[in-house]
Amino acid sequence: MSEAQNPATYVAPKARSLFEPHRLFLMAVAAVLVFCVAWFMRWDWLPRYQERLIYGIGETLLMLFSTAIVGFLFAVPLGLVQVTGPKPLAWAASGFCTLIRGTPLLLQLWLLYYGLGSLFAQYPEIRSSFLWPYLRQAWPYGFAALMISFAAYEGEVMRGAFAGVPRGELEAARAYGMGPFTLFRRIWLPRAIHRALPTLTGETVLQLKSTPLVATVTVVDVYAIISRVRQETFLTYEPLLLLALIYLCLTGILVFAFRQLENRIPTRGA
Amino acid sequence: MKDLLKATAIALAVSAAAFGSAAAQELKIGVAAEPYPPFSSPDASGKWVGWEIDFIDALCAEAKEKCVVTPVAWDGIIPALTSKKIDAIIGSMSITAEREKTIAFSDKYYNTPATVIGPKSEKFTATPEGLKGKILGVQVSTVSADYAKKYFAPVVSEIKEYQTQDEANQDLAAGRIDATQADLITLQAFLDSEQGKACCESKGNVKDDPEILGTGIGIGLRKEDTALKDKFNAAIKAVRANGTYDKISKKYFAFDIYGN
Amino acid sequence: MDATLKLLSLWSPGWGGVLLTGLLHSLQVAFGGYLLGLLIGTGGAAGKLWGGPILRDLLEVYTTVVRGVPELVLILILYYAGTDAVNHLTALIGLPSVDISGLAAGIFVIGVVQGAYSTEVLRGAILSVPQGQLEAARAYGMSPLLSLRRITLPAMLPYALPGLSNLWMIATKDTALLAVVGFAELTLVTRQAAGTTKAYLTFFLAAGALYLAVTLLSNLLIGLLEKRARRGLVRQGGA
Repeated sequence: MSEAQNPATYVAPKARSLFEPHRLFLMAVAAVLVFCVAWFMRWDWLPRYQERLIYGIGETLLMLFSTAIVGFLFAVPLGLVQVTGPKPLAWAASGFCTLIRGTPLLLQLWLLYYGLGSLFAQYPEIRSSFLWPYLRQAWPYGFAALMISFAAYEGEVMRGAFAGVPRGELEAARAYGMGPFTLFRRIWLPRAIHRALPTLTGETVLQLKSTPLVATVTVVDVYAIISRVRQETFLTYEPLLLLALIYLCLTGILVFAFRQLENRIPTRGA
Repeated sequence: MKDLLKATAIALAVSAAAFGSAAAQELKIGVAAEPYPPFSSPDASGKWVGWEIDFIDALCAEAKEKCVVTPVAWDGIIPALTSKKIDAIIGSMSITAEREKTIAFSDKYYNTPATVIGPKSEKFTATPEGLKGKILGVQVSTVSADYAKKYFAPVVSEIKEYQTQDEANQDLAAGRIDATQADLITLQAFLDSEQGKACCESKGNVKDDPEILGTGIGIGLRKEDTALKDKFNAAIKAVRANGTYDKISKKYFAFDIYGN
Repeated sequence: MDATLKLLSLWSPGWGGVLLTGLLHSLQVAFGGYLLGLLIGTGGAAGKLWGGPILRDLLEVYTTVVRGVPELVLILILYYAGTDAVNHLTALIGLPSVDISGLAAGIFVIGVVQGAYSTEVLRGAILSVPQGQLEAARAYGMSPLLSLRRITLPAMLPYALPGLSNLWMIATKDTALLAVVGFAELTLVTRQAAGTTKAYLTFFLAAGALYLAVTLLSNLLIGLLEKRARRGLVRQGGA
């Protein structure tokens, strides 16, 4: 009961030892479960698909990092103009963020692929242009949809980050005689990114969880490979369980890597 | 011990079934949730229409069953059947040995060869030589997809898999793929449409392989529902014999789709 | 333009009515799933804060798994496993297999996903209620239950609201994923309409407008709600 009224004594389960009696019991239960899953379910298809699965995971990661990096590059100006830009530009940027964040990603993806894609095909100029070999593939649409989504969500974060940099620091820089560009490059941007960094982990994990959507427009990622396994073997659960495990591991690795990164960046003050 | 449990469970289930059968039981007939004209597609009021929907009505009337059409995503339609979300699949599903490992089929109720279509501007045939270096689109979990993987995969530049044949047709018209393989009847419907007329033409049927292309279209059923299978088989025979089948077919097709 | 209006008209042969029915289904699932999620979240937060060690660990596993696996995958697993489990259960106790409607399955799926997130939101909100208030309540001789009802719950509400309103937004958008299992919500009927009429851009834009309208309307209501919940709180200085 004392814990109920004194949250300060609450310790997150992770912080405690791994070898408490109840944990050992739970681990034993988990081991039995894993054994049952491995023994009673069908896994004979696994070796046949191993290579393709690894390829699919690679494709998923490529999709994740390319869209996150390019999306972040777009997020910086999106956030910045909302804080200092001229009114019309600020409205446009905030309208864009609301629009993207207010509609499902799946719908945006289908709008791009089926809507825009079929529109492109109607113009012979586009069909004969050098871009057509790319535009007829599926991945540019998946990339664009994921990238835009990441830019919009992270743009909102960057807006807060830019606005949250203490005024005093900016004034001090100005007092030093820094020009607006130097001030942005040396003080404002680094401080804002630093402030946004903790949210980056969460956003990247969310982005990872959005990547399987691109499989619905024929991009072959790990989700698409597992779908193929399901269709070829008529198994319902085994491939999906493996897929969940794969994503769980990827999430774990991402979170761990980001934590390492954050620890390397020294923090001072607030 | 396990057997005893099983026996009790079965006994309970049987008694429950006997008990429950007094009430009118609805049969849930699974169709693909994706439009597959002219067999099944939703119209503007959200109602499902098409040859197969009419066929379901006729069949259920004949079998004196109350049926409800239940759209299920095509790529999960077999799991939906085995997990009892639906009781039968009447969704243009080919009878193949591979599928028969998991589910049972009724006798065939129509048959159609697999065919390949492509843009008018390019001349090629539905053979591995003709499709060399092309991008071929197929619908997932179809016999055409299996066929394409076996015969065309080594020569084509890519096989793209779509959730619905409709999307593959769309991408063919949009120039994203060079050809698509599917059942003749559904592709014919596309070629007869305005969009299809403008862009594409038939490149001929593929060489038959009954082991992959199957022996016709049948009703997918759970293996244990043998009584239902017998009922449907009798009903298919009856609608064929009493002319209902031909009457429905005339509404949609100029030829007999039952095959021989 | 005329042709577009005709396509979107509410009555057949226009598809507007179908889209609105789809939107209704989406909202039903979102609302049901959200409420179920809140229910699970309340239990989960209580369990994480005051439950036994085994319960806490199990809840930790639940929230970690849901937060680490794509919703699309969870929806597929739960959609099949959920109905499978119910049918096995009814078969075991000897009842005929029950029909699980797409709606119920959808609500269940969205609810389980939402539950994990609301567990975290509510736990965080309960933890951020100032210690002094609880101690004061105890000093007044309030029983734990009374102080929960009169102090903890109302005091945590302003902290929980931003997170909870965010979850509502996620719920409305997550319903689109049910299109992948063939549930006739807005996104799926949009695709069917687009596929049948070949007017892809028209229908996807129309559906986007509907989703956006839901978001903006929700934003408005949430704003009013937050204002109300923040009565009497010291405004935190923002930039």
